[in-house]
Amino acid sequence: MQAFTTHVGIVAPLDRANVDTDQIIPKQFLKRIERTGFGQFLFFDWRFLGDGTPNPEFVLNQPRLAGASILLARRNFGCGSSREHAPWALADYGFRVVVAPSFADIFYNNCFQNGMLPIRLPEEDVEELFRRTTAEGPPYRLHVDLAAGTIADDAGFRRSFTVDPFRRRCLLEGLDDIGLTLKHVEEITAWEAAQDAAAAG
Amino acid sequence: MADTPRTLLDKIWDAHVVCTPAGELPVLAIDRHLVHEVTSPQAFEGLRLAGRKVRRPEKTFATPDHNVPTTDRRLPIADPVSKQQIDTLRHNCREFGIRLFDLGDADQGIVHVIGPELGITQPGMTIVCGDSHTATHGALGALAFGIGTSEVEHVLATQTLRQAKPKSLELRVEGAMHPGVTAKDLVLYLIGRISTEGGAGSVIEYTGPCIRALSLEERMTVCNMSIEAGARAGMIAPDQVTFDYLRGRDFAPRDFDRAVAAWERFVGDPAAVFDRTEIFQGGDVVPQVTWGTNPAQVVGIDGAVPDPASCGDPSEQAGAARALEYMGLAGGTKIVDIPLDRVFIGSCTNSRIEDLRAAANVVRGHRVAATVHAMVVPGSGRVKRQAEAEGLDRVFRDAGFEWREAGCSMCLGMNPDTLSPGQRCASTSNRNFEGRQGKGGRTHLVSPAMAAAAAIAGHFTDIRDWNYR
Repeated sequence: MQAFTTHVGIVAPLDRANVDTDQIIPKQFLKRIERTGFGQFLFFDWRFLGDGTPNPEFVLNQPRLAGASILLARRNFGCGSSREHAPWALADYGFRVVVAPSFADIFYNNCFQNGMLPIRLPEEDVEELFRRTTAEGPPYRLHVDLAAGTIADDAGFRRSFTVDPFRRRCLLEGLDDIGLTLKHVEEITAWEAAQDAAAAG
Repeated sequence: MADTPRTLLDKIWDAHVVCTPAGELPVLAIDRHLVHEVTSPQAFEGLRLAGRKVRRPEKTFATPDHNVPTTDRRLPIADPVSKQQIDTLRHNCREFGIRLFDLGDADQGIVHVIGPELGITQPGMTIVCGDSHTATHGALGALAFGIGTSEVEHVLATQTLRQAKPKSLELRVEGAMHPGVTAKDLVLYLIGRISTEGGAGSVIEYTGPCIRALSLEERMTVCNMSIEAGARAGMIAPDQVTFDYLRGRDFAPRDFDRAVAAWERFVGDPAAVFDRTEIFQGGDVVPQVTWGTNPAQVVGIDGAVPDPASCGDPSEQAGAARALEYMGLAGGTKIVDIPLDRVFIGSCTNSRIEDLRAAANVVRGHRVAATVHAMVVPGSGRVKRQAEAEGLDRVFRDAGFEWREAGCSMCLGMNPDTLSPGQRCASTSNRNFEGRQGKGGRTHLVSPAMAAAAAIAGHFTDIRDWNYR
């Protein structure tokens, strides 16, 4: 897995609560059997008009936000379906960080499996970031440091965030969950043997 | 410590923690893994790339459901990409030695319908699937939750998951529901009360006399939609209803009485304390209809579409205004005045035999409104055969419903069953998200009886006043 240590990038504000995974990646694009290539379909029904041309109203289509890699969102981001195609699409598009007041549980877990960092911040901090992001001027940038647990801009915004220590370590070192668990194969075998014995009476 | 009172969640959790390596998340053993065609191909490919095997193939069961056509199964699958995904599942199951209930198999169906009906789902188990509605299986007293594809690969390779222990949330429902009010109405009502993220980070245990009075299939409807309240899992402690349901099922334990004795331990201790408890009255619930684009945007059949300005904080107000624009509705419109183009009875929420019986009772002797296109999609091959043995298919067909083969169908429209832009549908499924049933489609979530009545009337109508024939 791709490691995540620090990241600096342009912030794209998606000013909606309860963004579900059906919006992040609509179902017609779930039929692929690969993990890659989903970025072109990200937010498809919002990003493109009926005739397939970009919807100028949609935030990711603003020229000033080209190359955005930090998504700023509202609460309960990633609710609905468990489809990992949602973080695959975000990552493939180029996002490395999603900031929101809250995330749906399965989406939150899925991010860590894909080298992408979901950051929970209090509602008022997210509100402040929306104010800063939508201000006139050059694209708004944030600096994220996972080891330090900080997210900051160049204009005085600086907050700490926390993630589960195990998840943080896996991201920092780019560790493969399965490889880590297979180090405990003896314990798994012993647990299974005890259970099979109990079932057999 | 041994004497600390424990919840049902605590007991299942404790029984499945293999180890908790220092500084790491616990390794949780998984008893049953269910697999479908959409969220598994990349997991199997990951195993192949790493040269790994499936650790316990006999604990994994697969079926194609999301992508399958619900029309004549003898015909080839028209969509080549769908066909490739289903063929990939077949190939993967063969290569890794996994039991597949394939298209054409008598027991194929929606993964969350066939698990319980085959007796694969049992009390006290940990059950996962790359699908958020895995919570359904909690109705039998299992800890069952949806996972992503990377976690599917992890379970295939290790028969475990790395999981932080969730919090416990008790939703206790006192009293009893009035006639005509169903489990679907109850769960929609609960979601409306606790919100789409009210259960975030938690496993919900549904308790109280109103829950105890539900049949096992009704309990599945309630647990199924726990994810719509933000909870990864919902569960109901097993009781005689559970044991009676499981007895005689194909994969139920052979020494059934001994199994029951073990399952009876999976009940929360009376003194156990939940992280949070909320109490509701079953008698407060009326038939529910969603008006917006998330399942918490719901109101009683005797109500009206709300004015967005009356909806909570500014963020909720903005969401409500956007939802009404998408849904083509104006605040103040009475729910019974909303006309419909389509009716869908099906999905892992409401496609079991009791759901079809309830809908057929409403339909019997009536005709589908001329303006409505209505379809029934049974949850599994077994449900379909049972319904046909009872003559329910004739009731539906005689009234003008289409009678289809088993699958997820128009719940998410990955197969050809979709809404056209602007079409308005009364649906017994679980999500009313924008575009869920087809781009531009407008979904209203309801119970099977309410959907059936809406098909006949051409608009929503209060099932409590229905003219049964």
